Amino acid sequence: MGRTYNIIKYLCLLAWATFVVFPFLWALSTSFKDANAVTSGARYIPWVEFEPSVQGWTSLFASGSQGINIVQPFFNSASVTLLASIVSLGLGTLAAYGLSRFSYKAGFVKNSDITFFFISQRIMPPIVLAIPFFLMLKEIQALDTIFGLVIVYVALLLPIAVWVMTDFFASIPKELDEMAMIDGCTPIGAFFRVVLPNSTAGLVVAGMFCLIFGWNDFFFAFILTFTETQLLPVAIVSLNSSVTPWWSLSAFALISVTPLALIAIVVERFMSRGSLAGAFR
Amino acid sequence: MLKPKHFFLLPALLTLAAIILFPLIFTVRVSFSSWDVYQTGLDFIGGRNYARLFQDTRFWESLLRLSGMSFITVTLQYVLGFALALAVWKKMPGGRVFRVLFLVPMMTTPVVMSVIWRTVFHESLGPANDLLSMIGIGPVPWLSSATGAFISVVIVEVWQWTPFMFLLLLAGLVSLPREPYLAAAIDGASPTRTFWQVTFPLMAPISIGAIIIRLIEASKIMDTVNVMTSGGPGTATETPSYYIYIRGLRDFQVGYSAALSLAYLVLMIITLTIIAKLLMRFLVGKDD
Repeated sequence: MGRTYNIIKYLCLLAWATFVVFPFLWALSTSFKDANAVTSGARYIPWVEFEPSVQGWTSLFASGSQGINIVQPFFNSASVTLLASIVSLGLGTLAAYGLSRFSYKAGFVKNSDITFFFISQRIMPPIVLAIPFFLMLKEIQALDTIFGLVIVYVALLLPIAVWVMTDFFASIPKELDEMAMIDGCTPIGAFFRVVLPNSTAGLVVAGMFCLIFGWNDFFFAFILTFTETQLLPVAIVSLNSSVTPWWSLSAFALISVTPLALIAIVVERFMSRGSLAGAFR
Repeated sequence: MLKPKHFFLLPALLTLAAIILFPLIFTVRVSFSSWDVYQTGLDFIGGRNYARLFQDTRFWESLLRLSGMSFITVTLQYVLGFALALAVWKKMPGGRVFRVLFLVPMMTTPVVMSVIWRTVFHESLGPANDLLSMIGIGPVPWLSSATGAFISVVIVEVWQWTPFMFLLLLAGLVSLPREPYLAAAIDGASPTRTFWQVTFPLMAPISIGAIIIRLIEASKIMDTVNVMTSGGPGTATETPSYYIYIRGLRDFQVGYSAALSLAYLVLMIITLTIIAKLLMRFLVGKDD
């Protein structure tokens, strides 16, 4: 019974793993094809089924009319995502700590309502804010700039940071800060000297979620930028609609998803240690 | 007046309010205007946009389609995610490799992967039909038929977001207490019984959380649809977000699209609240 069960389990896991990696392998194979190999039907294995060519990869870095510039979008995506994540994580952590340790009251608004206000922003469909954001950025002349996108992405990422960190701080015993304050720390000092150094796990998880949702956003980048500050997802979609060959598209896609895919290794490590549990409850 | 506790909360609160409130109020105001291609600027036409919205069958159909799509994809993600999490929960050879692999899709950009998936589902040059033809099926009109396009979007959504369910559920499983399992083992309960009597009830709160989060994210689906099918063929895969986008930013009916998007937002909030309450009642057996 145990043995058959194990074999079936591994077969199922292998099947799902195949499904997961299939699009990546397909893209990897396609990125080394030329026009012949693409238009003669589905081919998978280089050298056996088709003669590999590197033009898909070289075209991404070539200049001139043949070239597709991936360096600039990559740099833009990285700057916007990192800046917005740092700001969101900083502000979000402070707010989450405040909400988990103090009680705020303004009229009928209490802590739980404030937390809900933050987290409920995730329900907001991006389309609701698209046109006003456009006009707002136009007003402050921040359309098509990194600065403008960072502002918008902070609104997108701050709720995630608050959500993860509120749950995380709820799992850190209050005695920790109380001890620090007995030792003479101010509330602010207790937070920076004692609580924050003990919050690495929560910060890493929240930070990763900010990076994921920032790097992977398409819609706002699509609406709020044109040519100067193109991000990776926008660049690839604009290639997709033109006559760009599959090999360049595939190479482009692989470069743009690889940095984040590597984060999976970090996430798994935190999960195995049980550090995610506090962050998700 | 300003106490230390305000130092923590106010920066984030004011930042978010500053970024969100103007756009939201502005959208409400615009939804009462007839701003469009021919007439830019704010007039006041009362509730005419809202009256029009009630007769817009294309909008209501897209909402119905979204409900179906979200229900199917989130159910599949939950069942598959839970099964995968259970399978790699206990230590086993190769377990960590599987865990890392299973997480990867949620880290990838939906639009970028949709570009790849489009080539996978290409009817004559893509591998989907090529592999199916080996077992004698096909050719399937993936993106050119209504059903095919819908199924393609569901497959991509399940591929992309099952990892999210997997992550939350596995994190929950890892942190479960051991005592109930010892008790079950002493009673000689079978694995199936242990799952239904111990694991599933203990996992109910985190299951609800995971399902709600996925439903929220699924309700906004747009990127995948935009790249894979452009809402087509016809309107077969058009979601509310995408329809509002067409009205607002392609046809430039700004006033009407504002009304549509607010109606959409309110409907989402109401529906998701009701679903959350129902799930609470059935899975945990209590309110809130």
